[in-house]
Amino acid sequence: MGVGIEVTNLNAWYGTNHTLQDINLNIPANHATALIGPSGCGKSTFVRCLNRMHETNPIARVTGLVRIGDLDIYKDAKPVEIRRRVGMVFQRPNPFPTMSIFDNVAAGLKLNGYSNRRSLDEIVERSLKDSALWDEVKDDLKKKSGASLSGGQQQRLCIARALAVDPEVLLMDEPASALDPVSTSKIEDLIFQLKSQYTIVIVTHNMQQAARVAEKTGFFLNGRMVEFDSTHKIFTNPSDKRTEDYITGRFG
Amino acid sequence: MSEQKPRADHKVRARFRAISDGAATGLAVLATLLVVTPLVAIFAYLLYKGASSLSWAFFTQIPKPEGEEGGGMANAIVGSAVLLALASLIGVPVGIGGGIYLAEFGRGTRLANAVRFTADVLNGVPSIVMGISIYALIVYHQRRFSAFSGGVALGVMMIPTVTRTTEEMLLMVPHAVREAALALGVPNWRSVLSITVRTASPGIITGCMLAFARVAGETAPLIFTAFGNSNWSVNLNQPIAALPLQIYIYAISPYDEQHKLAWAGALVLIILIVLAVSLVRFVASRGVLKGAS
Repeated sequence: MGVGIEVTNLNAWYGTNHTLQDINLNIPANHATALIGPSGCGKSTFVRCLNRMHETNPIARVTGLVRIGDLDIYKDAKPVEIRRRVGMVFQRPNPFPTMSIFDNVAAGLKLNGYSNRRSLDEIVERSLKDSALWDEVKDDLKKKSGASLSGGQQQRLCIARALAVDPEVLLMDEPASALDPVSTSKIEDLIFQLKSQYTIVIVTHNMQQAARVAEKTGFFLNGRMVEFDSTHKIFTNPSDKRTEDYITGRFG
Repeated sequence: MSEQKPRADHKVRARFRAISDGAATGLAVLATLLVVTPLVAIFAYLLYKGASSLSWAFFTQIPKPEGEEGGGMANAIVGSAVLLALASLIGVPVGIGGGIYLAEFGRGTRLANAVRFTADVLNGVPSIVMGISIYALIVYHQRRFSAFSGGVALGVMMIPTVTRTTEEMLLMVPHAVREAALALGVPNWRSVLSITVRTASPGIITGCMLAFARVAGETAPLIFTAFGNSNWSVNLNQPIAALPLQIYIYAISPYDEQHKLAWAGALVLIILIVLAVSLVRFVASRGVLKGAS
């Protein structure tokens, strides 16, 4: 089951660049939440603060409070534990090129020392079914490399890989921006199905995509969150002039 | 707008492009020929000079005393194998470990820069100097020439090549692949060993093979260490024969018979290196999956 995310006074820096300024919001459990905004507005940095990937960059710094479920992620746990509970899918599909399809999905478990073979088989099958890839790859699970799949399949493989470690939250950083329209709609269908089990946060450049998949939408601009509301309200009747200018295409 | 002029211009340009394309292709082919010619020439000459002296005895017998006919290099072939095994045992793990440190853990630190600089300097040290150094460090104290010291000399020579290629190959692994592992909650050290190194392994293996092939033909570092041996010995504490040493000894001898054996030895050395490298490549490629890049 997914859990809610509570963000209070979150600030983030890259070197001296103050990328995120005083972000406050509550992301509801078992819903899809979209983050929109022009390039460089901080939405990617924001999701990277939710699984502590931000700090893997040596010049990065972060302050503030992030609670995921009942866990204060910057205080109560180590980054590796957080990242097992908060899965992430990146903009470009990034399967492990030397691993088979099976090993790609099992990687998160295997590399964390999990080695029960029978349940590994089950988990891989369930994850691939959940990511709607099973029928396309079930005959080549251990024969083909993850890199041999098409871009859209690779991205669904990466989703399966993230699901296999059984996270509570799934972060998606522009998961469809490198894909063609058919693959994109498959990913969107997937988000629709997955949000009953996971809390999903999706960063997107594509406003129609936000409108299609998310119940809540946040608009980021220049490192600040301008507005956060139900998707319907953001796209039909935004409270802030800047949100309106952005969604009507006046800038960005 | 006039249509005529741009079109004529376009034709001239297309012509120019076709010519420059042809010229560039021609130059590339010429360069390839220049690279391949010496290789082929050396191999052909070795075959011409050495093949006639190859016999069953060459691979099964040890050298005969000077002036006598016949004899072989069996002990030198085995000796070279022992020396190279020992060298790889030292050079490959230390070299790969150093490369992993430079690329993954020490990046940007002062120690890493010092290690990298040292590796580059070590790479440029003449092999005879390496021989003398190991003589002073090991042979002098043990008071005897030994296979062990020879293996150490060759192993130390392998380290910088292996270290630097490992580093370069690891740095070529895309950042996205490392991030994927970290985002799964895999600890950094585990991600480096199981993901980054594994992804870079074809290049790392190539680096090891380059270093191996280079030291396989080294003579100078062995003169003061392994020393050579005209009898059978695989004892690490005794002097040991090696193909390059035996070739050297035969090549400077006054006997025509031994000159022929030296040619045959050179031919065998090259063939064995090619076989060893091909074998490693074959074994390494068996695990590669369909479509893996």
